[in-house]
Amino acid sequence: MSRSYLIRRIALAIPSLLAISIILYTILALAPGDPLGDLATNPNVPPAVQLALRAKLGLDDPIWQRYLHWLIAMAQGDWGFSFASHENVSTLIMQRLPVSLALFGSSEVLAVLVAVPVGVLAAVRPYSLFDKIANTVAFVGFSLPTFFIGLLLILVFSIKLDWLPFVFETNVSARGLAWWWVEFKQSIMPIAVIGLFQGASLVRYVRSSMLDVIRLDYVTTARAKGIGSRRVLIRHVVRNGLIPVVTLVAVQLPIVFGGTIITEQIFRVPGIGSLLISSILAADTPVVMAVTFVYACLVVFLNLFADLLYVWLDPRIALR
Amino acid sequence: MSGSIPASPSVEAIGPAAAAAPRARAPLSPTHEAWRRFRKHRLAVVSLVVLILIVGGVLAGPLLWPTPIDAIDFAAMLQGPSWMHPCGTDALGQDLLARLIYGGKISLAVGVAAMLVAVFVGVLVGAVSGMASGRIDAALMWVTDMFLALPQLPLLLLLIYLFRGALERVLGVQGGIFVLIVVVIGGLRWMPLARLVRAQFLSLREKEFVEAARALGASKLRLVVRHIMPNAMGPAIVAGTIEVANAIIAESTLSFLGVGFPPDVPSWGRMLYDSLDYVQMAPHWALFPGSAIFLAVLSINFIGDGLRDALDPRRVI
Repeated sequence: MSRSYLIRRIALAIPSLLAISIILYTILALAPGDPLGDLATNPNVPPAVQLALRAKLGLDDPIWQRYLHWLIAMAQGDWGFSFASHENVSTLIMQRLPVSLALFGSSEVLAVLVAVPVGVLAAVRPYSLFDKIANTVAFVGFSLPTFFIGLLLILVFSIKLDWLPFVFETNVSARGLAWWWVEFKQSIMPIAVIGLFQGASLVRYVRSSMLDVIRLDYVTTARAKGIGSRRVLIRHVVRNGLIPVVTLVAVQLPIVFGGTIITEQIFRVPGIGSLLISSILAADTPVVMAVTFVYACLVVFLNLFADLLYVWLDPRIALR
Repeated sequence: MSGSIPASPSVEAIGPAAAAAPRARAPLSPTHEAWRRFRKHRLAVVSLVVLILIVGGVLAGPLLWPTPIDAIDFAAMLQGPSWMHPCGTDALGQDLLARLIYGGKISLAVGVAAMLVAVFVGVLVGAVSGMASGRIDAALMWVTDMFLALPQLPLLLLLIYLFRGALERVLGVQGGIFVLIVVVIGGLRWMPLARLVRAQFLSLREKEFVEAARALGASKLRLVVRHIMPNAMGPAIVAGTIEVANAIIAESTLSFLGVGFPPDVPSWGRMLYDSLDYVQMAPHWALFPGSAIFLAVLSINFIGDGLRDALDPRRVI
């Protein structure tokens, strides 16, 4: 990968972030009232204090100035205070971000572990019974809304069978191995919900990407040389067929994040998704804005990462 | 996305003998031909029947099952299915079947309306972008990519959170939230359609028949409306169908998270949300609306899959 490509690609991410911040701020500015200046418009606050607050928050400045102020503050890590808990927004988010990332990462791993073998096997014998079943199951899988799968899992595994807890515990008192066991048990269902949903949509992409590669001449050549079919499949087909899947995983990120928000809410996982929902219900605008922006940043960064990974995996791209 | 199943048998792969066979039959109108191909997709046909049953049930339901949706009966709280209440009752003893029928109307209406918004914006952006090329095209596609990178659900939540109050004051509680949900869902889902339509336009506008029409002096508008658009509609119809399912999921998700419809408007998602606290005692309350959403979404998705086979002229079925 050439260094100029790397720099160019990273430079391209900055305008996207700026554009997203402009979109977010425009939405906020178009909204009725002054969502960020809640106190300044509160009738219980004396007028003198209100005026001082308005001046401090810059509510009477022109819109582009307010946007710049907001942007600079965000860039400096000053994300304001939560209306509800009076804590720093950045502290709140930092407390919860690791949980969300762990949930997202492990379900992504689960999705790939399910989707790749199934997709490859389906592509090896297209239109076979296995292919048809895999296709139908995948279709049903991504038609099931995330919140309904979550609810079904709770009904079966927590209520009927009583195997798994359905409320995520934050302060696990156990130590050592027992801690891992509790964490494992309470993470299975949230991870499975997102992982299987994402896996179901990936299966079809893996399959069609494999089918594209299987028909290429170099695969025929490899077979003609007398290499065993398993070796051809793993060394020649899968290795190249998986490259486009990297991009597809990245493209689906916005949808996956939606899934994590719902899952965190159902299982009471203390991540930024459930923080978003609770702040919306509590009308806590600074937190809502910040969490939305964090999600947007995650999408941009992970897309950037996927693009760089793609170039590393497939050197033909960097020629441009 | 006609290319998503690349190993589909195509005319070249099957060979002239097989390709000639259908030609021997009397020529069918395009609609007939599409229907003939659609019927080959068994699951899609089954889904069509299921969807017709759901829509019919939702529309005719109030006539067949005149129980009001808000008749509170504390003597019959959280009851399972029985002859009196075929789908059981909720925590206030309200009849769940009546609420399901009512909620279906809302959920399906949101789905169709949001799809129309998404298709309108998507086709408009895609068509302008595909015809204009150059700077306008680049700018529109940049905007499209930008929207694609936005995190959908957080933004949906943010928009509804910020604008809900104002619209409710103008249009009333029910009307306000309906318009808001439809516009916001539609407004965040047009991008795949725009890209699809643009790709169709880019390839179609270089085809010989368009060139011929241009040579005969057809205006740009006529080229688009009479020649390009009808040929680009197949994939757009498929994407639009699936968009209905996506919009139903999006609406249910919002209601499920407690930011969609208010409790007196029991959309399917809202019923699920209300049932959450009682899921241990009364699982039927969650299962019926959940299955309704699932069935509607699954059948719409299968119909979309069938339409994809039916409307793609390159595929031989």
